Amino acid sequence: MKTISLHDAVAIIPDGASLMIGGFMGVGTPEAVIDEILRQKKSHLTVIANDTASPGIGIGKLVTARLLSKVIVSHIGLNPETQQQMMAGDLQVDLVPQGTLVERIRAGGCGLGGILTPTGIGTVVEEGKSKITVNGREYLLEVALRADFALIHAFLADYIGNLAYALTARNFNPLMALATDTVIANADNIVPVGVVAPDHVVTPAPVVDYLIAKA
Amino acid sequence: MDAQTIIAKRIARELRDGMLVNLGIGIPTLVANFVPDGIHVFFQSENGLIGTGPIPEQGMALPWLTDAGGRPVTALPGASTFDSAMSFALIRGGHLDLTVLGGLQVDRRGLLANWMIPGKMVPGMGGAMDLVTGAKRVVVAMQHTAKGKSKIVDALSLPLTSTRPVDLVVTELAAIAFQDGRATLMEIADGVSVEEVLAATEADLFVPDNVPRMALEPRTEP
Repeated sequence: MKTISLHDAVAIIPDGASLMIGGFMGVGTPEAVIDEILRQKKSHLTVIANDTASPGIGIGKLVTARLLSKVIVSHIGLNPETQQQMMAGDLQVDLVPQGTLVERIRAGGCGLGGILTPTGIGTVVEEGKSKITVNGREYLLEVALRADFALIHAFLADYIGNLAYALTARNFNPLMALATDTVIANADNIVPVGVVAPDHVVTPAPVVDYLIAKA
Repeated sequence: MDAQTIIAKRIARELRDGMLVNLGIGIPTLVANFVPDGIHVFFQSENGLIGTGPIPEQGMALPWLTDAGGRPVTALPGASTFDSAMSFALIRGGHLDLTVLGGLQVDRRGLLANWMIPGKMVPGMGGAMDLVTGAKRVVVAMQHTAKGKSKIVDALSLPLTSTRPVDLVVTELAAIAFQDGRATLMEIADGVSVEEVLAATEADLFVPDNVPRMALEPRTEP
């Protein structure tokens, strides 16, 4: 793990990169990293996340600034701008059931090719996918998801990069931290090693590539 | 009593002590206001919380303690938090006793459409498909009609949520169950006749000889 400035962390991300961004309606999204992406005007990004939040919040800011070419999400209902850009053909939106999305990300981080789920069978979600019967029940084969970068928000990081999360700001963060080539973490608090007890570490330090230092 | 309160009070009678329950947005959220005294129910928010409590007092909101709509909530004693994989393992894995969701249409067999109106409203399915597929019991809370048209239809014209039929639909007029693959009129609301329910319902409804009134008072039996 390397510590890095906010500016330099975002500078690593090329235009056209794929990003997994933690958060659920913006809660648990590394807001400072989003703001720096806007400042550096990264473009043609693909974002994998639970949702596109709302205008002015988290990923919603990237939508409004038209920096995204594709999103893979479960819900866009609270961001009318995402819906407008989708209808106008300006933004590709792949909608995935939330439980399927999280398992595809988990699979991507666990070395699995995909997962079998009953969710989506018989609906538009099954179009173009293989169906596999196990013990008499039909499942959809949903393939693993990975991305170039994970943008993680933690409540606590210790000096070597162990991460712990707070309440509902955990959501997709620890799963995404395993499913990308490069993991960039931003924490509300950076604390000495030992402050986060071993039992309370959720994301172990060796998977974190960059921890953003306080300005 | 307005339609939403009738629906929420009736569905609250489905709650049992110790249940793990997920409430969708809209009318389902109101069910939490009518939990009977003396029973404890665990409410799950699919963003990663069991033990969801009421909206915090003014000035007490915590930015990282929210419900699935991103609104600040509280956590009750005994609450737990977890990541999204655990949250959907609970939902899909058969650990959720009851889910209450809104509906756009339910057909004569109990199949639900509740996640999009093509060309008009495409919010995404969020957790709805997993909830209907995986919960032990699925209850739909919705008004009986929309713009004068029945929401309980012969065949869905909107995209299906899951091939698993729902167990119960509660509207301001009636409670309708789907045992044996057919819509059955279980209860009628106060001041409503069977004929009025049939007139407001597009799907064929099986009407048993005796259809009781829909009770709204808190359930007292164990």
